[in-house]
Amino acid sequence: MFKKILIANRGEIAVRVLRACHEMGIAAVVVYSDVDRASLPVRKADEAYPIGAAAASESYLNIAKILDVAKRSGADAIHPGYGFLSENANFAQACADAGVKFIGPTAAAMNSMGSKTRARQAMEKAGVPFVPGTSRGVESFEEAEQVAAKIGYPIMLKAAAGGGGKGMRFVPAREELKSSLEAARSEAERSFADREVYIEKAIVNPRHIEMQVLADEHGNTVYLGERECSLQRRHQKVMEEAPSPIVDADMRRRMGEVAVRVAQAAAYTNAGTVEFLVDQNQNFYFLEMNTRLQVEHPVTELITGLDLVHLQIGIAAGEKLPFQQEDVRIRGHAIECRIYAEDPDNNYFPSPGKITLLLAPSGPGIRRDSGMYEGWTVPLDYDPLLAKLIGYGTDRDQAIARLTRALNEYFVGGIKTNLSLFRRILRDENFRHARLDTGFLDRMLQRPEDKRIDSGAAEVAAIAAGLFAVLGSTASDSGKDATGAASKRAENGSATNWKSASRREALR
Amino acid sequence: MLYDVSIDGKNHRLELNRAHGDWSCRLDGRELEVDAVLARPDVLSLRIGNQAYEVKSERVGEDLHLWVGSTRFAAEIRDPRSLRNRSRSGDDHGPKKITAPMPGKVVRVLVREGDEVKLGAGVAVVEAMKMQNEIKSPKKGRVQKIIASEGATVNAGDVLAIVE
Repeated sequence: MFKKILIANRGEIAVRVLRACHEMGIAAVVVYSDVDRASLPVRKADEAYPIGAAAASESYLNIAKILDVAKRSGADAIHPGYGFLSENANFAQACADAGVKFIGPTAAAMNSMGSKTRARQAMEKAGVPFVPGTSRGVESFEEAEQVAAKIGYPIMLKAAAGGGGKGMRFVPAREELKSSLEAARSEAERSFADREVYIEKAIVNPRHIEMQVLADEHGNTVYLGERECSLQRRHQKVMEEAPSPIVDADMRRRMGEVAVRVAQAAAYTNAGTVEFLVDQNQNFYFLEMNTRLQVEHPVTELITGLDLVHLQIGIAAGEKLPFQQEDVRIRGHAIECRIYAEDPDNNYFPSPGKITLLLAPSGPGIRRDSGMYEGWTVPLDYDPLLAKLIGYGTDRDQAIARLTRALNEYFVGGIKTNLSLFRRILRDENFRHARLDTGFLDRMLQRPEDKRIDSGAAEVAAIAAGLFAVLGSTASDSGKDATGAASKRAENGSATNWKSASRREALR
Repeated sequence: MLYDVSIDGKNHRLELNRAHGDWSCRLDGRELEVDAVLARPDVLSLRIGNQAYEVKSERVGEDLHLWVGSTRFAAEIRDPRSLRNRSRSGDDHGPKKITAPMPGKVVRVLVREGDEVKLGAGVAVVEAMKMQNEIKSPKKGRVQKIIASEGATVNAGDVLAIVE
C-alpha cells in the first residue's frame, strides 16, 4: 500500500481525497497556489508545497512542478481529483515515466475515450448503442448537409475534442446548418485547438443518466449503479441524484452491462463514468465516458455503502476488487446540491469574497463535502464550487425532506451563494414528481419566481435590527467585543459553577 | 431607546428598553413581548412571545442585511437622537458610495456627473472572469461624482461613483 499520496488538486475534492488518505493511514501531500495558502486542504495536510501563482497553468496544471513536488516529498502515488490534470493523458504518462503511480486509468485508456469521435468508433465495434450520427468529423458543409438530412432534424453539432458544453450547437432546421457549423468549428478551435466537429441526432428533452464503473488491474470490471444528472444550467450540472427515478432493476442491469462493455473496450482501470442520454421511451444511448472520479460521486457512495476513493487507492496499489457484481446493492436515495459562490440575482455571476459567517447543517442523512470555512476568502481564480450538500434517505421523498431541512439550516454570510436555487428546485412540483430532463432548469428559471412577501418576517427583522444595535453596542462600549464580554462573564460564572458542581459531586 | 428602522425600504418606529434583564418593545405603536440573546455578534436568537427566530446579520460593503430564516431583508437603522449615528449610517438622504463588488476592469461608465438616476439604474460595467457585471445605483438621486474611468482596474470595495 502507498505510504504517501500527492493530491494534485484543490478545494473540496482535495479535502475529500485527503480524508481517504488519513482513513487509510497514508500521508497526504498537498500542493497549493499563492491564493490557496489559507485553504482547507493546506490546513489539514501532512505536507504542503507551494507551486506558484494563482493561474492554473502556473500551478495546478503545471505537470513539471507537480512531479517535482512528488520527487521532493517522496510521494509514491498521485491522485488527480477531477478537472485540472485528471483526464490529461500526458500527465498520466509523465507519472508513469517518473515512477509515481497515477491513481486513475492509463494514458492509453484515456486517449481511447478522450476523442469523442474515436470513442464512438470504439463503441460501434463493441456493439454499444449510441446516438445516431457520424463517427468521424464532417469534412465539408455538403457532407454535413447530407448526413443531417439522413439522420433527420433537429441535430447537434459537437466538437470531437470537446467537453463542458463548448463547441456544441443545436440545429433545429436545415436553414441554420451553415452558420451553426461555422460557429461550432471556430469555438472548437478556440477552446480545444481542434476544428473537428461531428453530428449527432438531437434527442428531445433527454435525461442525462450516467453509470459508475470500477475496474481493477486484474480484469475485474463492475458497475455501481446510475446517477441522474438532468438538472443542468448551460450544460453544467447543478444537482444530481442516485438512483435515477426512472431506472428499474432491469434497466439498471442492461445499462450497467453496456457500461462495463464500454470500459472493457477501452481496457479501462480504476474509477470511471459512462454517460448516456435517455429518450422519452427509455431508450439509452452512449454519449461519452469520463475517465476520472466525478464531482457527484458521493450519491453513489451513499446508496451503495462503498467508499470510491478508498477503492481507487486500493486498485492503484494493485489490489483486486474486494467484491463482485452480485454483491453490489442499491439502498435508499441520495440527492446532491452543488453550492457555488454565485449570485442568483445577477445571472449566477461568480461572487468571491470573505465568508463572514458559516452555519453549516448536519444531522440525520446529511453529508457535506466542503472546502470552505468561516473567515476564508473565496479566491476568484477558480471554479467557485464551495461545497456539496447531500441528503440521503430510505426513499426519494425522505431524501428531499432531509435536504430541504438542511438547506434551511445552511447559512453562508459575506458572499452570495446559489443556496436559494436549491430551495426553489426542491419546492417545484415537477421536481418532486421526478419529471426531469435536461431542459428542466432552464424552463424553471424562465418562470418568474413565486416571491411571497412575508410581512411577519419583516417585522421580526425590524425588531432584530434594534436588538443587534443595542446588544452589539453594549459589548463594544464596554471595550470588549461581544464574544469577549460574554466569555469573561462565562469564565467568572463557570468558575463558580465548577466549584459548586465539584462540591455537589463530593457530597454524593 | 428609540430607532427609525427601514426594512426593504419600509419605515418602522421601534422602541426598545431593558429593565431588570427584561425587554420591553413597541413596534409602530404595538407592544410586543421580546426576549433576545446574541449567540454570536452576528447571530441573534429572538423570541417574540413564544415564537422563536434565528436572525443573522451580514454587512456587505455599506449595506446591512438581516436574514430571518432564509429570507433576506435590507436594513437601515438610525437613532434619531444621536448625531454620531446619523452621520455614520448612510441613509437615503445622504450621499451613497457605489463600490466595485469584486476585482475587475471598468469596461464602461454609463452615466455622467450631474445625471439623475433611478434606484437600480446602471452606473458602470465591470468585467471579471470573462463576465460583465452591471453595477446599479442603490438609490434614486443625482450622480455627484464619478471616480472610476473606463479601462481602469479596480479592487473589491473601490469606490466607482457617488450618488446623492
